[in-house]
Amino acid sequence: MKRRDFVRKTTLSSLATLIGAEIVFGSNLLEGYNLLAVQDPDPFKMFNKNKEMIVLNDKPWNIEAQAHLLDNKITPNTAMFIRNNGLVPEGIDAKNWTLTIDGESVVTQKTYTLDDLKSKFEQHTYQLTLECGGNGRNEFNPPAKGNQWTVGAVHCATWTGIRLRDVLEDAGIKNNAVYIGYHSADLHLSGDPKKEPISRGAPMIKSLQDETLLAFKMNGKDIPLIHGYPLRLVAGGWPASVSGKWVNRISIRNKVHDGTKMTGTAYRVPCEPVAPGEKVKDEDMCIIESMPVKSIITYPKSGAIIQDGTSLKIRGHAWAGELEVSKMEYSIDFGATWKDCPIEKPVNRLAWQHFSASIDFPKKGYYEIWARATDTQGIAQPMLLPGWNPKGYLNNACHRIAIKVT
Amino acid sequence: MTKEEEFKKFAKKLYHLMALIFSIFMVAGGAMIYYNYDPNFSVFKNNTETLVITPEEIDENLIENGIHVRTGLVEGSGLMAVVNNCTNCHSAKLVTQNRMSAERWNETIKWMQETQNLWDLGDNQEIIVNYLVTNYPVTEKGRRENLTNIEWYDLEN
Repeated sequence: MKRRDFVRKTTLSSLATLIGAEIVFGSNLLEGYNLLAVQDPDPFKMFNKNKEMIVLNDKPWNIEAQAHLLDNKITPNTAMFIRNNGLVPEGIDAKNWTLTIDGESVVTQKTYTLDDLKSKFEQHTYQLTLECGGNGRNEFNPPAKGNQWTVGAVHCATWTGIRLRDVLEDAGIKNNAVYIGYHSADLHLSGDPKKEPISRGAPMIKSLQDETLLAFKMNGKDIPLIHGYPLRLVAGGWPASVSGKWVNRISIRNKVHDGTKMTGTAYRVPCEPVAPGEKVKDEDMCIIESMPVKSIITYPKSGAIIQDGTSLKIRGHAWAGELEVSKMEYSIDFGATWKDCPIEKPVNRLAWQHFSASIDFPKKGYYEIWARATDTQGIAQPMLLPGWNPKGYLNNACHRIAIKVT
Repeated sequence: MTKEEEFKKFAKKLYHLMALIFSIFMVAGGAMIYYNYDPNFSVFKNNTETLVITPEEIDENLIENGIHVRTGLVEGSGLMAVVNNCTNCHSAKLVTQNRMSAERWNETIKWMQETQNLWDLGDNQEIIVNYLVTNYPVTEKGRRENLTNIEWYDLEN
């Protein structure tokens, strides 16, 4: 038995002794708590993730899905990617959690408890697509610095909460407001308490949208700790880093928010296109706003072998940042020909959309199925890598799977 | 013996009796609470539970099949400089995922020093960067790679 297990068990039984009753869910609770405290390397149990999820980084935790794990229309927690910039906060006390609205452009600085937020403001539920700005980074050439996400840093879960707009308006927004910036309870990797691991935000126009939520529920339950319990900003369609986790303060700024990972090259791409590998000055980098049009084939899993003469059913999801996907196509001949396939309307704005098709193959052999979505402005996914950028963001090149017909 | 003395004596006896009962309760109670903590009374035996901890630490720098086990880094000249300077704040996985030229590693180190509290690496910087570009070289990927590592399986329709 490891020492920490021993300590945990004895702590648990002594707690039980003190309160004279068994602690319901006590073992679960303490296990998660203890494991997080030491950043123990069994993430699948700790975060309740599918064993097929890929761990890119264990300090800080960064874990992505594989395409076939994202088959559900609403992504379950087990398949949701984890992206952290710092260390997961410990010992969160939701009862005493507060959210403060401050900043140069707030009329009255206000602090709310979670109960205040839940009782004072109307609650809304939306399915919202959150994709990491660096999803697909591993394909860039020359390689870009950072976690080498492949295809699985995207999800569309159901989020329940209150509108950020309602809270901001309750505190009052001055006319000179430009941006909001969030502040959170996570800890900087260096352990320096004065540093914030990440403090990003969004312009007022995004902050005031109906679908921009301060969420306390994910898929109908309390948000899991790793995804931002007890309060998360959720801004669908934008880089998921805008959707700050463990949020305890939001500043209404009179300028573009200048928190950690808002400046320099973070979550920015060259304002004007550059050649692969070209050096770009910080001042020539622009903040990413809406994510580009993209799609993913979630069934079947790549590598399927089928019998000649049978048709293959495929399905997946498509999304387009702030926009909608208006057209969905697939190709089995590397883009020489494309066939349209049905794409469902989104359940609500900023939710991903579902496509499906039944494919017949002309003869035996090796095939790749490529999927291509087009947004309402007529912009489609490229088959090759899109414009190179120093940090490897916004790779929305077509997703493909391998199939053999025998 | 006056009645008063008799009463005092009686009270004293009663006091002793109560003290005795109280201490018995205290000892028994203490034992019971302890039992809850540690049903095996392991403190009174040779405690095996706490003795088992040490193996985790002796393997710190174990290298197996050319891999530094604790971090997953490839064995090579400069390995320990990388382990000691680059795996304190973040995982070695963040290092090995990346493929950069010496110039870009040096820029990255500068960025970590300016924003992430990384210390001055001194002479180790060259050793570290050499290790990285030697063992984790940049690979040419072109504009789109072939699909690789496909796990083939029969799909039942």
